[in-house]
Amino acid sequence: MSTAANESPRARGKAPAGERVADWADGRLGIYSLAKSNMRKIFPDHWSFMLGEVCMYSFIIIILTGVYLTLFFHPSMNEVVYHGSYVPLQGQLMSEAFNSTLHISFDVRGGLLMRQIHHWAALIFLAGMFVHMMRVFFTGAFRKPREINWLFGFLLFVLGMFTGFTGYSLPDDLLSGTGVRFMEGAILSVPIVGTYLSMFLFGGEFPGHDFVARFYSIHILLLPGIMLGLMVGHLILVFYHKHTQFAGPGKTEKNVVGMPLLPVYMAKAGGFFFLVFGVIAFIAAVAQINPIWAMGPYRPDQVSTGAQPDWYMGFSEGLIRFMPGWEINIWGHTLVLGVFIPLVIFPLVLVAIAVYPFIESWVTGDKSEHHILDRPRNAPTRTGLGVAWMTLYLTLLVGGGNDLWATHFHLSINAVTYFVRIFFFVGPVIAFLVTKRICLGLQRRDREKVLHGRETGIIKRLPHGEFIEVHEPLSQEQLHTLTAHHQYEPAEIGPVVDENGVRRKVGTSEKLRAKLSSAYYGEDNQIPKPTVDEYKEITSGHGHH
Amino acid sequence: MKKLSARRRHPLAAVVVLLLALAATGGLYAAFAPAGKAQADETSQSLTITEGKKLYEVGCASCHGTGGQGSSDGPSLVGVGAAAVDFQVGTGRMPAATMQGAQVPRKKVVYNQTQIDQLAAYIASLGAGPSVPTKDQYGPDGADIAKGGELFRTNCAQCHNFTGKGGALTQGKFAPSLEGVAPKHIYEAMQTGPQNMPSFPDTTMSSKNKKDIIAYLNAVNGDKTENPGGLELGGLGPVSEGLFAWIFGLGALIVVAVWVAARTAKAKKS
Repeated sequence: MSTAANESPRARGKAPAGERVADWADGRLGIYSLAKSNMRKIFPDHWSFMLGEVCMYSFIIIILTGVYLTLFFHPSMNEVVYHGSYVPLQGQLMSEAFNSTLHISFDVRGGLLMRQIHHWAALIFLAGMFVHMMRVFFTGAFRKPREINWLFGFLLFVLGMFTGFTGYSLPDDLLSGTGVRFMEGAILSVPIVGTYLSMFLFGGEFPGHDFVARFYSIHILLLPGIMLGLMVGHLILVFYHKHTQFAGPGKTEKNVVGMPLLPVYMAKAGGFFFLVFGVIAFIAAVAQINPIWAMGPYRPDQVSTGAQPDWYMGFSEGLIRFMPGWEINIWGHTLVLGVFIPLVIFPLVLVAIAVYPFIESWVTGDKSEHHILDRPRNAPTRTGLGVAWMTLYLTLLVGGGNDLWATHFHLSINAVTYFVRIFFFVGPVIAFLVTKRICLGLQRRDREKVLHGRETGIIKRLPHGEFIEVHEPLSQEQLHTLTAHHQYEPAEIGPVVDENGVRRKVGTSEKLRAKLSSAYYGEDNQIPKPTVDEYKEITSGHGHH
Repeated sequence: MKKLSARRRHPLAAVVVLLLALAATGGLYAAFAPAGKAQADETSQSLTITEGKKLYEVGCASCHGTGGQGSSDGPSLVGVGAAAVDFQVGTGRMPAATMQGAQVPRKKVVYNQTQIDQLAAYIASLGAGPSVPTKDQYGPDGADIAKGGELFRTNCAQCHNFTGKGGALTQGKFAPSLEGVAPKHIYEAMQTGPQNMPSFPDTTMSSKNKKDIIAYLNAVNGDKTENPGGLELGGLGPVSEGLFAWIFGLGALIVVAVWVAARTAKAKKS
């Protein structure tokens, strides 16, 4: 098959089959050099670095179960009479979409389990992305060079929200139909174009006969396709940037300390996939989710109480529930501010967190790369802002479930709503101040520990009667870890007069930047970390504290 | 006997025999047939009312007035009917010790069924109102569950939730959960509209429709209801599901992640 020249070194027989297959593939794909450079890629060990993996694995699980569901689901709104095995709905008129979802739930082998795995995995996927995003935020992992990857991740979260929304709307049940109606109402509230947009999206008056089929292609094709692309890009960038790591002895901005991808991380990640799959499958096997048979088919004239979206859309529900029902009527046109204002705030809540890395890098003016993570306490303003944002988000979630808060804690729903209205504005401010104070307190504690050692709890009585607590000095490793972080100087407005004595104009953005910078890094906004001199003076010193 | 025998050809004899026969049949009927009870009830009914009045004067009159005319503390009970009494007292809502909170909750029943019947009879005697439904009105026989579901979603679900788990109303009021509520009481509630609930008299919702609704509730929220797919998580929809996904889903996965990360191949220091 090959030339004699090639055969000669193989005189004693052919190479093993594996080697030949690898050779064949390498000759066409060039995978050898690719694998060589990447197989030994190092990943640092920390449980919080595995949150992204949770997301990726649940996404894979969603795709796999979703494919199974598409085999039996009919995305059609044609009306049919139900004759399936669920007795309390027999003889009811319903769309084919609802009918086929009932069929999947009760008459397809493994159908209900697949539906439940799909839905639970979706909730966990979004929750995982949220926590992953917060981990990246609070450790400052979004800093240069990872801003674009932060945006990729953010987009994945937002697209995940809408993929989820279009997904749970597909069965055309009473709960999701109410959610779609909610969305239609929000679209209608847009001045001038609202009605046109609604007619365009639904192919006529709500609900029409089109939206399930349209949501279906958005849900199974458009959004997951984009998400898959983004996820691959996200992973490529993680590979390219290398993973961040926490400060510690031997860890620098120029290295990554951890375990190689092959064999250690391959085994760990592979095993972790099955653990994630196992946890999700277990939950799906024991806990019901979205029991559409109990909700019944969607009919625009029916509604149930407790109609909330899945958790990741809950904050939009909160926005609409706490907003007063304001309305303006101008020249016979109604502007429904009670719906339109929440619709405007909705993206702002998300964008606020998305643009943060760019604001911070502008304030610090730092152009260098960061591969060592911050401990949240060492960036008190950032941590405070992050907690403030989470407080806002959580407040909106409470607002979205105000009726359940009322019934389960025996409160008045009005009181809950008023609380949310006030806390929407006050809560983030309180959260910011409190968090910042806690961070500064922790910084002081770190400083104390570095300078005076760890409190041992051992009380010693000196010969002259004085009681002291014995402090144990920290190890070199601990000292390094506690003092490794970089502390910025607040940016000052440069000289107002240049070398020729000419006054230059100081722009408002420069003034703002200086102000923000001192709010970030000024006196009282960070505790100066102990210097080597301070440490030496105290440790060499007389007078033990 | 001779006298009787002598007059057996009397023109009125046939009439007398007929009368005697009628009296005998009637008497036997009265003795054995259910109608006989009705006659017996005539006396016990008034007795029941008297007993009910006594109970009323002790337990209810302080708020509802000595003659059921109502006061500043309780509404008039004239014309509410036996069904209302059977519902309110039978679910423990009445007597409401003192008005606490936004609405009177379901609680432990104070009176036994006989006393409740007596109270109901007394209140019914004050003015005509809906009577306590019979078993064949609220029983499951001949009910259309699916139709009941449709009616429930149209008329009830907006306050009581899809399967009757309850929901919030304004200012601390609430639509109670319908779990474990006797079919009779659900029927009476629909008929009389207690507290914040609108009433659905037979002119609005036929007796058959009420029966359908009760049968539906029994099917989806009864003692023998099976929950396909596992734990119901309160049956409250996405809020409890979201909470569960965060705490038990992501929570478990984070625990697993911590475990996996803690078990690492240790690098050898050389």
